[in-house]
Amino acid sequence: MVRVLFALFIFFSVTLAQAEEVVLGMSQNEVAITATFDGSNILVFGAIKRDSPIPNTPLHVIISIAGPSKPVVVRRKEQRFGIWVNKDTVEVDAAPSFYAIATTGSFQEVLSETEDLRHKVSINRAIRSVGAPMDVSNAQSFSDALIRIRREQGLYQSLEGTVALDQQTLFLTTIKMPANLTEGEYRTRIFLTREGKVLNQFETSIDVRKVGLERFLFKLSRENPLLYGLLSIAIAILAGWLASAFFQVIRSR
Amino acid sequence: MQIYLPIAEVSVNAFLLLGLGGVVGVLSGMFGVGGGFLMTPLLFFIGIPPAVAVATEANQIVASSFSGALAHFKRRTVDFKMGLVLMLGGLLGAALGVLLFNYLKSLGQVDLLVRLCYVVFLGIIGGLMFIESLHKLLKSRGSGSVRKRRDRNLVHSLPFKVRFRTSGLYISAIPPFVVGIFVGILSAIMGVGGGFIMVPAMIYILGMPTKVVVGTSLFQIIFVTAFTTLLHATTNYTVDMVLAVLLLVGGVIGAQVGTQLGTRLKAEQLRILLAFMVLAVCGKLALDLLLQPAELYSLGAAQGH
Repeated sequence: MVRVLFALFIFFSVTLAQAEEVVLGMSQNEVAITATFDGSNILVFGAIKRDSPIPNTPLHVIISIAGPSKPVVVRRKEQRFGIWVNKDTVEVDAAPSFYAIATTGSFQEVLSETEDLRHKVSINRAIRSVGAPMDVSNAQSFSDALIRIRREQGLYQSLEGTVALDQQTLFLTTIKMPANLTEGEYRTRIFLTREGKVLNQFETSIDVRKVGLERFLFKLSRENPLLYGLLSIAIAILAGWLASAFFQVIRSR
Repeated sequence: MQIYLPIAEVSVNAFLLLGLGGVVGVLSGMFGVGGGFLMTPLLFFIGIPPAVAVATEANQIVASSFSGALAHFKRRTVDFKMGLVLMLGGLLGAALGVLLFNYLKSLGQVDLLVRLCYVVFLGIIGGLMFIESLHKLLKSRGSGSVRKRRDRNLVHSLPFKVRFRTSGLYISAIPPFVVGIFVGILSAIMGVGGGFIMVPAMIYILGMPTKVVVGTSLFQIIFVTAFTTLLHATTNYTVDMVLAVLLLVGGVIGAQVGTQLGTRLKAEQLRILLAFMVLAVCGKLALDLLLQPAELYSLGAAQGH
């Protein structure tokens, strides 16, 4: 029995070793939001390790970076008494704050529908919306709106055909992260596919966080809001007093 | 130079904020208005979330009103007793205002509330200012306008009469308390000091002498906006210190420059320009509400998770 298991183990480890595997490099695995933060370009590159000869079918690489998922409320405006007010509301259960997907080819070409469903790769699949209220008509338009708005803010990006793949071995792409990022672990996944099937998947994360003064103020405002409020008032009083004292000196001369 | 605002979580140009603070400061120094009612809508226009704009502007007004009130303390043109009554009403009003603000925020209607308040009040103020300065321009050499005293029977017949020595008044404490409440609510919802409502109310309803009106209202505004800042900071976490500092640096310098300019220029004639500006901001906000927006959908953070 033990021998059989051992033989199976050997068999599988050999087949695993024969499959194509990602070896990844990244220009940075940390994004620091400083006071002068103005977005960041992340360079994702790597190579494909394989023991067997290159198969004939074309190889594709998909790279996705996803920010932390949070529930989001989407509201639709309607005209009431002549003015446009928020009316219908749908809560999307989980939507990543940032989502970029870069591929070597068109999306249909690189990943099949079933594989997308399994791994939740495309932007539509990365958003989870379960229960829209029954009284809201056309609930799908709400998650479409979420994607559209975040696309315009540069938070959702589909970068089809932007991954450069050289000799089916070396790949490279840059992903621009905008200035309006939120903090958290940004899950980074790389998929290797042939004929729409995922062969290998590699996962790592990019740590996006506020640093220095930004971090100090943000933490203080959440963890000790009373102190934060008092501090902001003290600064205001001090500034007001300094200004009047300063200009009095100037005027008296 | 782009600067990332830690609470608003947007990146904006630091010089733009300093400039805005400066320009609004000059206007407020020149015309003796607080400037909050211009600054908050301008912050909406440059993409600061309305909740952050309102809370942070309240914080900035603490600085400008303190700076202004210091001069009045020295000239002894502050009626502390009246200020105290107005302040008590103001604190209550600010608490009510923040409650209303947070309730509507949970319904997703807070932007509408803030914008509607602005359209209504900017429309009224801009219109009145425009009419007044037009009158002054037309009869620029007329005798000082004779103001009719309002019928003050109501103010005199209410209970809880208090003697306000500095103002030379013996009236009920209820009207100033109510004025305070009203101004406090506006301060919490709109991120303004409320001087533009309080000053006329003090003159026409309470019958206070003009000499002490501005100092007393500034005295009240310091406390009410400080309290509003504290309430927004502890319940909504929307006070952005970096934004406030940039605005108030521009603001306090601008205010001093404006005061100097105001004594040299014919401010009365420039007042019509201010009226136009107020009406323009009001018109822009009104159009945003009336015309069909390009994007019907908006995103918000989910509550209770």
